[in-house]
Amino acid sequence: MDAYLKAAIIQGIFETLQMTFVSSFFAYVLGLPVGIILYVTAKGHLFENKAVNLFVGTIVNLLRSLPFLILLVVMVPVTRFIVGSSIGTWASIVPLSVGAVPIIARMVESSLNEVPSGIIEAATSMGASPLFIVFRFILPEAVPSLIFGAAINIATILGFSAMAGAIGGGGLGAIALQYGYYRFDKVVLWTTVAILVVMVMVIQESGSILSKKIRKT
Amino acid sequence: MSDQRKVFELKNIRKVYRNEGREFIALDDVSLDIHEGEIYGIIGMSGAGKSTLVRTLNRLEEIESGQIQYFGQDLASLKPSELRKVRRSISMIFQSFNLLMQKTVIDNVMIPLKIAKVPRKERKKTAEEMLKIVGLEDKKKSFPSQLSGGQRQRVAIARALAANPKVLLCDEATSALDPKITEEILELLQEINRTRKLTIIIITHEMSVVEKICDKVAIIDKGKLAEAGDVKEIFTNPKTEVARNLVLKGDGKDINPYDASNPGSRIVRIAFDGLSANEPFISNLVEDTGRKVNILSANTKSVGGIGFGQMVVELPREREDQQVVLDYFKSKGLSVTEVSA
Repeated sequence: MDAYLKAAIIQGIFETLQMTFVSSFFAYVLGLPVGIILYVTAKGHLFENKAVNLFVGTIVNLLRSLPFLILLVVMVPVTRFIVGSSIGTWASIVPLSVGAVPIIARMVESSLNEVPSGIIEAATSMGASPLFIVFRFILPEAVPSLIFGAAINIATILGFSAMAGAIGGGGLGAIALQYGYYRFDKVVLWTTVAILVVMVMVIQESGSILSKKIRKT
Repeated sequence: MSDQRKVFELKNIRKVYRNEGREFIALDDVSLDIHEGEIYGIIGMSGAGKSTLVRTLNRLEEIESGQIQYFGQDLASLKPSELRKVRRSISMIFQSFNLLMQKTVIDNVMIPLKIAKVPRKERKKTAEEMLKIVGLEDKKKSFPSQLSGGQRQRVAIARALAANPKVLLCDEATSALDPKITEEILELLQEINRTRKLTIIIITHEMSVVEKICDKVAIIDKGKLAEAGDVKEIFTNPKTEVARNLVLKGDGKDINPYDASNPGSRIVRIAFDGLSANEPFISNLVEDTGRKVNILSANTKSVGGIGFGQMVVELPREREDQQVVLDYFKSKGLSVTEVSA
């Protein structure tokens, strides 16, 4: 493999990590509250509200069913507005973040649903306010499950980031496509794919280990 | 006891669950009074409505009609913030403990104090005191998952006591525990009742729990109040079928008293308190009247701190002899109940 390809792959690794973790961060900043809203407004929950739940739930479902590649294209004007350009690593962070929000929201909702209702009943009987119950009872109890879910989500975002390479994003995905696929360089293609596989495995495993370690049940 | 203040006064409580157009009457016209300092048992089969009843006391369940007064205050009239304040004075423990598994024992015990906005330093001090009461001061840094069921319930009791409540509601608090641990937990509750003058309301399906520590008992059957009163009174003289079943069969752990030597013979249960328990009245019966009875089961229990005995006997076959025996028992002041086999 030529030296310039090696350098490109190494840079690609950093770009991929950057895209993945920066997007995950922004996606969680938005997805966590949305997930909490989905959970608390559901039937029988603390802030039961059919209208809000249906509204937020529908948007989440719409975004989730939209193929990511389509979202990438649809988002181009928004990305240009925010980043000033529609190509490059930073440009792909915008659609990646947006695309991950509904996935994260559903994952958070499911983690919160795992908290036994008895805990909430106990909290209510203690005279805790609904907000106190959400932030001091439900969320802390869900932390191990939230971390396990985060590992799955970050791995998914990493996969998406490779796809972003197709429309001008950076990272390993772009290298695999441009140097590997279009130039029929099988070594580059499979090297980048192998690196992506290892990265996903490392993220998933560290998430599982961390989740297990802090789970006290 | 009736000169004590009323903690709870329930008047004609009715609760209906509606699900897909179908109605289920969980509580039907239940009225009862619970006084300060009492250990009040609410007993019934599963599905009888007792868990619903206890949840109406802190409005975890809303009632359909009727009125619940808590120290003279109508619970239904409370605004959400007022209700939260009232709830802080009504603690609750559960069959499944409901501890925060991700928090240490001491953090669990401190939570009600945090809700009451007690300063952190004070929270810690109080929580440590509470753990001492339940005998778990050395486990404060442990997580609930590292404790046994009995220890977890002790943590739950410490947590329930932390906010210095006026009432403690126990929802099948010992049902998940083995008999020995149940005994220990009940003794702890009894001690807390005595030392802290705490009113305790115990929901259970086990007569043995009621017999051991309750002063008063209400028997709930199919959403209705079957009988309520002093435990001693109901134990010696159960008026309703449900009460008789509970008292006689206990938890099913007692000897089955229904194996009469002749099918169709008359069987009665005699109950006697600590005084007559010292008298060998069965031998006296034989000596005095010459009639014999067949003892099917017998045991003694402690009911509300007083020794009680009960015996299930098969009467002689002749009607005349039966009457002689029954008259003899009555003359000795024993409580006699017919058992339908």
